[in-house]
Amino acid sequence: MDFLRNLPFFCIMLAMFTGIVSSAVNGRIARRLCLFMVTAVLVMSALTLYYVDGLGESITYMMGHFPAPWGNEIRFGSLEAFLALYFSVIMLLSVLGGWSHAAADIEVGKENLFYVLIDLMMASLLAMIYTNDLFTGYVFVEINTIAACGMIMIRQNGHGIVAAIRYMVMSLIGSGLFLIGISLLYDVTGHLLMVSAHTAVEGVVADGKYVTPLLVIIALISVGMAIKSGLYPFHSWIPETYGYATPTASAILSSLVSKGYIILLIKIFYRVIGFDIVVSSHVLNALFAFGVIAMIMGSVHAILQTDCRKMIAYSSVAQIGYIYMGIGLGTKAGMIAAVFHLLTHAATKSLLFISAVGLYEVSDGRTDYLGLRNAGYRNRIAGLAFSVGALSMVGFPMLSGFISKYLFATAALERPHKMIITLIALIISTILNAIYFLRQVVTIYSGRPGEAVSTARFIREAIAESTVSNRFASLALILLNLFLGLFSEVVIALISRGLDMFA
Amino acid sequence: MSRIKDNYENSRAGKFEAWYKDGYDPMDERMDIHAVTEEDASDPAESVRNEVYISDSVYDRSANKALRISGYIYRVLSVLLCIFMIGTLIWMVQYLPPFGQYDNPVNNEVSARYIGSGIQETGAINYVTGMILDYRAFDTFGESCVLFIATICVQILLRLDPEETDPAIVKRRNEAETDRLFEPKNDIILQKVSVILVPILFIFGTYIILNGHLSPGGGFSGGAVMGAGMILYLCAFGYKKTERFFTIKTFRVISLAALITYCLAKSYSFFTGANHLESHIPLGTPGAILSSGLILVLNICVGSVVACTMYAFYTLFRKGNF
Repeated sequence: MDFLRNLPFFCIMLAMFTGIVSSAVNGRIARRLCLFMVTAVLVMSALTLYYVDGLGESITYMMGHFPAPWGNEIRFGSLEAFLALYFSVIMLLSVLGGWSHAAADIEVGKENLFYVLIDLMMASLLAMIYTNDLFTGYVFVEINTIAACGMIMIRQNGHGIVAAIRYMVMSLIGSGLFLIGISLLYDVTGHLLMVSAHTAVEGVVADGKYVTPLLVIIALISVGMAIKSGLYPFHSWIPETYGYATPTASAILSSLVSKGYIILLIKIFYRVIGFDIVVSSHVLNALFAFGVIAMIMGSVHAILQTDCRKMIAYSSVAQIGYIYMGIGLGTKAGMIAAVFHLLTHAATKSLLFISAVGLYEVSDGRTDYLGLRNAGYRNRIAGLAFSVGALSMVGFPMLSGFISKYLFATAALERPHKMIITLIALIISTILNAIYFLRQVVTIYSGRPGEAVSTARFIREAIAESTVSNRFASLALILLNLFLGLFSEVVIALISRGLDMFA
Repeated sequence: MSRIKDNYENSRAGKFEAWYKDGYDPMDERMDIHAVTEEDASDPAESVRNEVYISDSVYDRSANKALRISGYIYRVLSVLLCIFMIGTLIWMVQYLPPFGQYDNPVNNEVSARYIGSGIQETGAINYVTGMILDYRAFDTFGESCVLFIATICVQILLRLDPEETDPAIVKRRNEAETDRLFEPKNDIILQKVSVILVPILFIFGTYIILNGHLSPGGGFSGGAVMGAGMILYLCAFGYKKTERFFTIKTFRVISLAALITYCLAKSYSFFTGANHLESHIPLGTPGAILSSGLILVLNICVGSVVACTMYAFYTLFRKGNF
C-alpha cells in the first residue's frame, strides 16, 4: 500500500521517458506509445487519488536523497491527484478525437515529433500540478511553452506560423515576468522550496522589512501567469492559435495548457505566499477587474466572429475571465468555484473543438458558421456533442456549466463589495454566450430542406471517413460533462478537501 | 449592397466600431500569405533583400493612413508601458537586501549545507555541479529536456526529408540548395586555422566535461565548446567530410542514449532516495577523476546532448538536414 506513494513520480518519469523514446520511432508506434503512456498515467493517477484521499493528508515526496530546503520535492494531496486524473482523461480524449486530422495536417515523416510534444506536454502538466519547488515549476513552464509552440506550428501553413510567433512572443513575456518574480522572491526569502519559502514570507510580513518587494513579486507572478493563460488584455494570441492549429492541438491548448498555469498560480498563492497575504495585497482586485472585463469583452468578440473555431476560441477568453473572477473574489468559495469552472471549461472546450471537427468533416471542410448549416443532421453524434457543449457553456441545468455559474453566484454573496458587479457580469455574459452559441446550434439544425438531399452521397462518404475515435471521444466528453453536472457534490467536496490540504 | 456598407462605415456606429477595433490589425487575417508567384520569383535575390519592398507590399504604409496612426499609437503605448515597468522595478530595487551582505536572507541554512557538507554528500569538489546534478537533479533533467524539445521544434519547422517527393517540399529543398550557393567553400584561411583549433576545442570540451565535478565547468559548458568545434569543422570542410562521422542517425543515437541514461540513472537515485533505500552507487574519493557517483555519468550525458543540439541547430538552419 505504501508503494502507491511512488506513483506520481512514476507518472512524470514515464511521460518524459516516452517522449524521449518516441523521437526515434515512426509515427504509428509513437502514437501507440503516447496512448499507452496517457492511459497508464490515468490509471496511476486514479490509484494515487484513491490512496491519498483515503489517507486524508498530503504527501511530500523527495526527488533524491536530500530533504526539504536542499533537494527537489514533489507533493500531492486530493486536489493534485484529481487534477492529474482529470487532465489525463482530457488528454486521452483529445488525442483520440483529432488523430485522423493530425495525420492529415502534419508533414509526412514528422508525426512522431507531434507525439513527442504531446508526451512532454503531459509530463510538464503533471510536474506543474505536483511540484513543491518554485524553480521546478519554472523549468516545466518552459517545457510547456515550447511544446505548445511546436503543436501550433506543426500544421505548416502561414496562419500556423504567424499564430506560433504570436504565441511565442506573448508567452515568453509571461515566462519572463514569472522568472523575475521568482528570482526576487528568492532574494528576499532565500528559499525555492514552497514550504520553506512560505515560512520565510511569513517572517518577512511579520518584520515588515521587504513588504514592497513582496507586493511587486505577487504582481509580477500574477501578471506573468495571466498573460500565459490569456486573460483579457493579453488575449490577442488566443483566437489565431486555437483557430488554426490542428484539432488535437486546439483542444489540448485551450483545455489543458492555460489551465496548468492557473493551477500553478493557485498553488503559489496558497503554498508560497499565503492566501491571506495575497488577499491583503489587493493584487486580486486587479485580477477580478480584468476577469470581469474579459467575461464581457470575450463574448462580444465571439459574437463578431463568423468562423466557428475562432468563435469558440474567443469564448475561451470569456471563460478564462470567469476563472480569474473567481480567484479575484478572494474567498475559499470563490476559489472552489474557480477550480470547478476550470474543470468545466476543460471538459467543455475540448468537447466543442472535437465536435466542431466532426461537423467540418461533413461540410466539405467549410468553417464559417453558415457553411455548417444542416451539419447536425449529417453527423448526428457531432451535432449532439456540439449542442451539449454549447448548452453547457451557456449554463443549462444538468450540465457542468450551470453548476459553475451557480457556484460563482453563491460565492459572490460572501463579498458585499464585489457582489453586484459579479452578478451583473454573470448575467450579461450568460446572455452574450447564449447569443453566439445558440446561433451556431440553431444553424447546424436548420437549412433549406433540399440541401441535405442534394449532397447525400457526399455525406455518406464523409461519415464513413469520420473516424470512430472522434465519435467515441465526443460521447465520452458528453458523459464527462454530465458527470460534472449531476455529481457536482462529490467533485466540490473533493476540491474543498484538496484546498484544505494546500494550507 | 456595397452602398449600404459604405453608409454603415460612415455612420457613427461604424466609426465607433472602427475606433474600437483600433483601425487595422496587420497580422490579423488580412496579411496575405500566398505562394510565391512567377512574377515575384523573377528576381528573388533583389526582392528578398529589398526591405522597403517587403514592408510596402505587406503593410502598404504609404497608402494606409489608419495603419500608420495605429502603428504610431501602438509604439507610444508600448514605450509608456516599458517605462512604467522599468520605473516600478527600479523603485523596488532600493527595498531589496543590499548586494553581498553577510546577513542577507539568501545566506541561510541552504547554502550553508551546500558548502559545508557538499563534498561528503555528493563527492564533488565543484559545489555548483554537486548542487545542480545531485541536490537539484530533477530541475537539471528538466533543463536537458528543454534543449531536447527545442531541437524537436526546430526539426518540425526546418527539417527537409531528402527522400520526400511532395512537390512543395522538393521546392523548399531546392530553394535551400540555391541559398547555399553563396556560402564560402574551401576557404584556405579557415581550413588552416581550424586544423589547429578543432582538435584543441574537442580536447578542451572533453576536459571540461570530464572534470566537471573537480573544477569549474560541467556538461553544459563543455558541450557548448564541443558543439562549437563541430560547427567550425563543418564550416571549414563542408558536409561531405562531417557526414563521415556525424549524420542524423548518429545524432539520434547519441541524444537518445544520453537522455535515456540520464532518465534511468536519476530515476534509480530518486526512487532509492524517496523510499530511504540504500543507493548502491559508490561516491569514491573526492578529488579523483572516477568519483562523485552519478555526477560524472550525468555530466557526460548533458555534455553530449548539448553538443549534439548545437550542431543540429546549425545544420538545420543552414541546410534543413544533416
